[in-house]
Amino acid sequence: MPIEVNGKSLEVDEEGYLADLNQWEPEVATIMAREDGTELNENHWEVINFLREYYEEYQIAPAVRVLTKAIGKKLGKDKGNSKYLYELFPYGPAKQACKYAGLPKPTGCV
Amino acid sequence: MAEPWEDDEVDGPVRKFMYVNRRAPYGTIYALESLEVVLIAAAFEQDVSLVFMDDGVYQIKKEQNTDAIGVKNFSPTYRALEGYDVEKLYVEKESLESRGLTTDDLIVPVQVVENDQLAELMEEQEVILSF
Repeated sequence: MPIEVNGKSLEVDEEGYLADLNQWEPEVATIMAREDGTELNENHWEVINFLREYYEEYQIAPAVRVLTKAIGKKLGKDKGNSKYLYELFPYGPAKQACKYAGLPKPTGCV
Repeated sequence: MAEPWEDDEVDGPVRKFMYVNRRAPYGTIYALESLEVVLIAAAFEQDVSLVFMDDGVYQIKKEQNTDAIGVKNFSPTYRALEGYDVEKLYVEKESLESRGLTTDDLIVPVQVVENDQLAELMEEQEVILSF
């Protein structure tokens, strides 16, 4: 079912990932999160923005282990660990955060 | 019960996988599919190495531009391999040289190997997949 964002109807796949990542805008993340019962805070946004930059550079969504390590490198050890990321994104940091960021599901993500 | 974040480490055997890439990046799906399975193996923390030979060396050539053929340029993804701890990238020397290329033309750091070295490397593998 498409999601409604700022008066536009955006296609998503059967798991809720945005069909066309070029249609992404911050409001997409806010709305997807709200459907999951989450209000995004600046810690969520830090990860979402990081993922968008990662995708821009490498053209893939990173596996969770790779994301964790890369976050640690960029934002410090207290954030580059699974516990912190799972608390922010309880459905799995790569899966849930990538979805909010408008990226495809990470390769190798089960 | 383990918490989800304690479940990240992959248990089970680590095998030596070698992916041999022999075709041009576009025109067939082989190169992209190979890269996908490489990423999956790496996500499962296997011991992964890649070989580029024959037209496969073009997969990691710099400055690819796919605008005119309407497909995604996935070459930036090879640069993500390092983050996946995939650091054993081998290029067969003759394939590189006969195409007028040097390692300066490639988007990732590689080890250039002679044919007989390659044979030795293959000898060490548990699984070899050719694309």
